Amino acid sequence: MTTVLSAQNLHKSYAGQAVVDGVSISLNKGECFGLLGPNGAGKTTTLRLMLGLIEPDGGHLRLLGHAVPRHAREARLRVGVVPQVDNLDPDFTVAENLLVYGRYFGMKDSEIEARIPALLEFASLAHKKDVKIPTLSGGMKRRLTLARALVNDPEVLFLDEPTTGLDPQARHLIWQRLHELTVQGKTLLLTTHFMDEAERLCHRLAIMDNGRLISEGSPRDLIDRNIEPQVVEVFGERAAQWAKNHATRHAQRFEVSGESVFCYVTDAQPLLKELQRHPDLRYLHRPANLEDVFLKLTGREMRE
Amino acid sequence: MNSHHFAPPRLSLRFFPIWQRHLLVWKKLAASSIIGHIADPMIYLLGLGYGLGSLLPQMGGTSYLVFLAAGTICYSTMNSASFEALYSGFSRMKEQRTWEAIMNTPVTLDDIVLAEMLWAASKSLLSGVTVLVAVWLLGLSHSPMLLWLAPLALMVGLCFAAMGLIVTALAPSYDFFMYYFTLVITPMMLLCGVFFPVEQLPPLWQNVSSALPLTHAVNIARPLMSGNAPPHALLHVAVLLGYALTGFYVSLVLFRRRLSQ
Repeated sequence: MTTVLSAQNLHKSYAGQAVVDGVSISLNKGECFGLLGPNGAGKTTTLRLMLGLIEPDGGHLRLLGHAVPRHAREARLRVGVVPQVDNLDPDFTVAENLLVYGRYFGMKDSEIEARIPALLEFASLAHKKDVKIPTLSGGMKRRLTLARALVNDPEVLFLDEPTTGLDPQARHLIWQRLHELTVQGKTLLLTTHFMDEAERLCHRLAIMDNGRLISEGSPRDLIDRNIEPQVVEVFGERAAQWAKNHATRHAQRFEVSGESVFCYVTDAQPLLKELQRHPDLRYLHRPANLEDVFLKLTGREMRE
Repeated sequence: MNSHHFAPPRLSLRFFPIWQRHLLVWKKLAASSIIGHIADPMIYLLGLGYGLGSLLPQMGGTSYLVFLAAGTICYSTMNSASFEALYSGFSRMKEQRTWEAIMNTPVTLDDIVLAEMLWAASKSLLSGVTVLVAVWLLGLSHSPMLLWLAPLALMVGLCFAAMGLIVTALAPSYDFFMYYFTLVITPMMLLCGVFFPVEQLPPLWQNVSSALPLTHAVNIARPLMSGNAPPHALLHVAVLLGYALTGFYVSLVLFRRRLSQ
């Protein structure tokens, strides 16, 4: 398997505060790798280090065979980036945005113009070719940003929270397109805090918190390794009281969050039987998912 | 501040697509932009030139209108570059995140800052040439020496673009630019011989004036306007280029620091 990117023991601090604290990641060609973490975990800084936009305080980085940041310019020739916040050129039309962006890669106008129809097709924006940016919806802007990141036919794509702020329809269309890109053999590195996005798209994931990778593996691995396979969520005014009295007997572990109790179990049957005796409590029995792992590893407290 | 912020500029031809980008935006707004380029200096030139000029004797052998025309070319090129480097530059760096988008490609920050400086200087050239055409049409001067005012406009543009970029690199918001215009640009207009000869100032202020770049621009422009070769031209050019190069380097260091956060 070819390694497209390897980062070893990356460090970056701002004002004495470690933002990236010993991160090592390697990406294989054709895989989709997800970097998950709460806000402020250091995901965006990690991406900026990988692109050579900031100097690391320590560590080694190679991207597409080039040492970064020293030869980041050469590496970025074959990389596409979808940033967290839209930065399309508002004065230009959809097609002009692609043309102008392609020039930054040293492409000839004729070469870019030849690619534009396919890019617009991919982004489902063919009918918006000559429309100015401010009239596009949020989903269209994201799709155009994705098309723009593909203008140089990159081997690797960095996507920083590609679906944040989109409605479900728009999000599903982006997911479908990202899946197509992995089928074409492109390597994707995406950051997200949507667990369903990560579970659906990523071959491998790492959960990041306080600048460190705290767990890494396939979505299935992470769930199997970190958490009991079944979850029973119990809701109701007296749920917390009930949990204190009964849950410990039937659940390996439980967490109280307001009027909800999350019980983690290997076998849910005894717990479900117990719940039959409390008709005032509502409950939901489901398999454990990535969000449970994420909350277990990074805690339930707000990060603001 | 890190040591690599002070590294010498690494320039490449990749600045050119950025300059092309700015040009494409400008073309879309060209009509209103050109009207601004003509209207502002013309109002000063004709208003003050005819109004004040009729009260004034000849200035160094020329009419006040011709005297003022040389000053107007310099101050309007100064203004063009300053506005571009401050307001438009800031908008591209911060509001629109244009720089951020560009830096994700093989283009670097050094290329971006170079493109900003050259683009602002291009606007100065345009603004200088516009005034020059007006001077020619008004019949104020028909000397072939006038053509030298075009490269001068470009040089003044580079100088004030570079100085303006320092302010942009430090600005927390658009409001900050008021200080620069009120405390630097406007005093320069009054101290550097745009409207009246520097010799009219008290000796202390004459010394201050001799250190300001606009004075050196005016000292080149004024003889050219009357069809004469400017004395000490090399010295004046050196001062303007000195400001341009120093300003470029200082602004680059500040931008590197700002954008590495």
